[in-house]
Amino acid sequence: MTASPAATTAPLPAGAPEPAIELRDVTRSFPGPPEVQALKGVNVSVADGEYVSIIGPSGSGKSTMLNILGLLDRPTVGEYRLGGVLTSGLGEDERAAVRARQLGFVFQAFHLMSRRTVLENVLLPMLYAGTPRAEREPRAREALERVGLGHRLGFQPGTLSGGERQRVAVARAVATRPRVLLADEPTGNLDQATSAEIMALFEELNDDGLTLVVITHDDGVARRAHRRIRLADGRVSSAA
Amino acid sequence: MRGLRGRRGGRRGDAAGPATTPLRAVAPADRFRFSDLLGEATADIGSRPGRLVTTIIGTVLGIAALIATIGFAQTAAGQIAQQFDATAATQLSVTPATADTTGGTTVAAGVLPWDAPARLERLAGVESAALLAEVSLPEVTITAVPVNDPSQAPVAAPPVYAASEELLDTLGGHVATGRFFDRGHDARGDRVAVLGSRAAERLGVQRVDTQPSVFIDGIPYTVLGVVDSYAARAELLNAVVLPTGTARADLGLTTPGDAQARIAIGAGPQLSEQAPLALAPDDPESLEVSAPRGRSDLGEDVQADVNGVFVILSLVVLLAGGVGIANVTMLSVVERTGEIGLRRAVGATSRQIAGQFMAESVVVGLLGGLIGASLGVFSVVGLSLARGWTPVLDPWVAVGGALLGAVLGLVAGGLPARRAARIEPVDALRGGT
Repeated sequence: MTASPAATTAPLPAGAPEPAIELRDVTRSFPGPPEVQALKGVNVSVADGEYVSIIGPSGSGKSTMLNILGLLDRPTVGEYRLGGVLTSGLGEDERAAVRARQLGFVFQAFHLMSRRTVLENVLLPMLYAGTPRAEREPRAREALERVGLGHRLGFQPGTLSGGERQRVAVARAVATRPRVLLADEPTGNLDQATSAEIMALFEELNDDGLTLVVITHDDGVARRAHRRIRLADGRVSSAA
Repeated sequence: MRGLRGRRGGRRGDAAGPATTPLRAVAPADRFRFSDLLGEATADIGSRPGRLVTTIIGTVLGIAALIATIGFAQTAAGQIAQQFDATAATQLSVTPATADTTGGTTVAAGVLPWDAPARLERLAGVESAALLAEVSLPEVTITAVPVNDPSQAPVAAPPVYAASEELLDTLGGHVATGRFFDRGHDARGDRVAVLGSRAAERLGVQRVDTQPSVFIDGIPYTVLGVVDSYAARAELLNAVVLPTGTARADLGLTTPGDAQARIAIGAGPQLSEQAPLALAPDDPESLEVSAPRGRSDLGEDVQADVNGVFVILSLVVLLAGGVGIANVTMLSVVERTGEIGLRRAVGATSRQIAGQFMAESVVVGLLGGLIGASLGVFSVVGLSLARGWTPVLDPWVAVGGALLGAVLGLVAGGLPARRAARIEPVDALRGGT
C-alpha cells in the first residue's frame, strides 16, 4: 500500500529531510447517496526535488488527489502535510496563503486571462503571494525567459499557440518560486511535439530543484517522471 | 502567518532546513492592498465598451433625470425668487379705488388722508412711507429758461409729481447732486423742485450749485438736486418732483394721490389688510393696496410640483439601472468562473474575490453616476440658456449624484460578489476557459 519507502508511517530518522508532500491514510468521500469514496486510505510521500507522476484512468481519483494536494479540497479522513506542516488545521485564508506561496499550478485548460498580456498573466499570482513589489516584474520576465517566451511579453494569450500558452502557464506557476509544482494533465490539450516541449521544460525545472507532481492519464507523459504512482479506484495500486 | 507556525507538527518541530519554515511574514507594502484590488477590478472594465454602455445606461439616465429634476426645480425656484427681488418684495402702494361712472370715465372712490405717511409708519413692518401724487398740468410749459421762443417746436413737458419728503428714503433713491427737499420746504410751500436725472437732462440742468430754476407755468422753482436712481418707480427719473405743500399752494393739488411705503420682507400680506384700515377706518374698501405676495407660497408650490413627479420617475429609472449593473456583474461572474478559480488557486481569498467584483460594480456605478450627473447639469444649463433663465444648481447635488451612482453599484454588486466568493476553485478550474 505504501507508495515509496519514504512514505512509511514509521517516524523518520531524526535529521532526515522533510518530505515536501506527505499524505497519510487520506480518504475523501463525497456524500451521496450513494456516498462515493474518491480516495481510499491513500499514503503518498514526495521528497523535496522529486519528480513524481500520478497516473490512472479517469474516475480513479486523480483529480481529487490533485485538489487535495493543491489545498483546494480537504481530505475527509487522514492527514496532509505540506513541507511538514499539517494542513488540516489551517483556515481558508491560511490555505490561500500557502497556495500562493508554496504551490504552483499548471492546468490542462491553461486558464490564462485572455484580455491581459502574457507578462500580466505571469504577474498575477505574485499579487496574492506577497512577492516584494520591486521584484515582481523582474521575476516574471525571468520566468518567461526561462520558458523561452522572453519575446512574447506584450502578446495576448489568444495570439499564442497551445504550447506557448502552456509555457506561459508554467512561467506563471514558477514565478512565485513555489516549493511544489502541481500539473493537472498539462499536455492534455497539446499535440505530441508541443507535449514533448513541455515535458522537457518540466525536466529542466526539476533539474533546477523544483518538486514536480504531474497528474496524467498518458503513460508516455507519466514515464518521464522519476517515479510513477498509479491510482485505481481511489487506491494506490502500484508505484514504479 | 503566526498561526501557521504555531500549528507546525510538534513531532518534527526540531527538524532543521527549509521544511521547517513554512511561511515568512509578508511586508505590509507587498500585501494585497486596496490599490491592487482596484487595479484588478478596473483592468477589464474598458475592454468591452459595448457591454459597459449597456451596464451603465440605466444608471446614467436615472442619475441624469434626478439631477435635472432637482436642477430645474432649483432653477424655477430661483426664477420665482428673482421676481421677488429685494425692491419688489419691499414696496407697498396704496391707491384710492376707482369707480366707473355712467359717462365711461373713472373717478376715485376714496381719498387718502394728508397724514398717510405718519399713519402708515405706525404699522409694524412699515419702514418708511411717503405720499406721491401726479399733478396733472395740461398745456403747461416747463422750461429752465424764462424765454418764450415761438419758433421752438413745442415739446411735451416732463410730468410733475408732488411728494412728501420721505419719498427718497421710501423709494430707495440716490441723489446725484444737490439734495432732496425736506419737511420745512413742504410745510412752508417753498418753491423748490427736485429733478429726475432724465428730466434734468431734458431741461438742460447740469449743476445745482448755481441755483438754477425751472419755470412751471412761468413760476420759477429752485432746483435743489438731481436724483439719478430710484429703486422703485423709476419713472420718476423723467419727472419734476415738488413738495406736496408747494403743489397744494401753487398748483391746486387737492388730494394726496398714492401712498408709497417700504416694508419689511414678508410683511406684504398682513400690511395689505392693515393699511386700508389705518388710512380710511371708516371705509377701508375705498382703498386698494398693491403689496408683494408672501415669498413662500408660489416658490414652494412650484418646487413641490416638479419634485414630486420626476423624483419618483428618476428613482424608478435608477432602480432599473441598479438591476442592470447587478445583471451584468452576475453575467461577468459566470463568464469568468475560470478566472475566479485560477485566482483562488494562486492564492486569492474568497474575500478578495468578492472585493474585486464589488469594486468593479462600484466603479461602474460611479462611472454611470459621473456621466449621469454631467448630463443632468448640462441639460439644466442648456435649457436655462435657451429660456434665458439663470441656472441654479447646488454643486453638492452633482457630487451627490455621482456618489449615488457608486452607492447603487455597491448595492447592485453585493449579490454577484457573494456568488463569486462562493465559487469553489475545484469546480471553476474544471471549466474550459
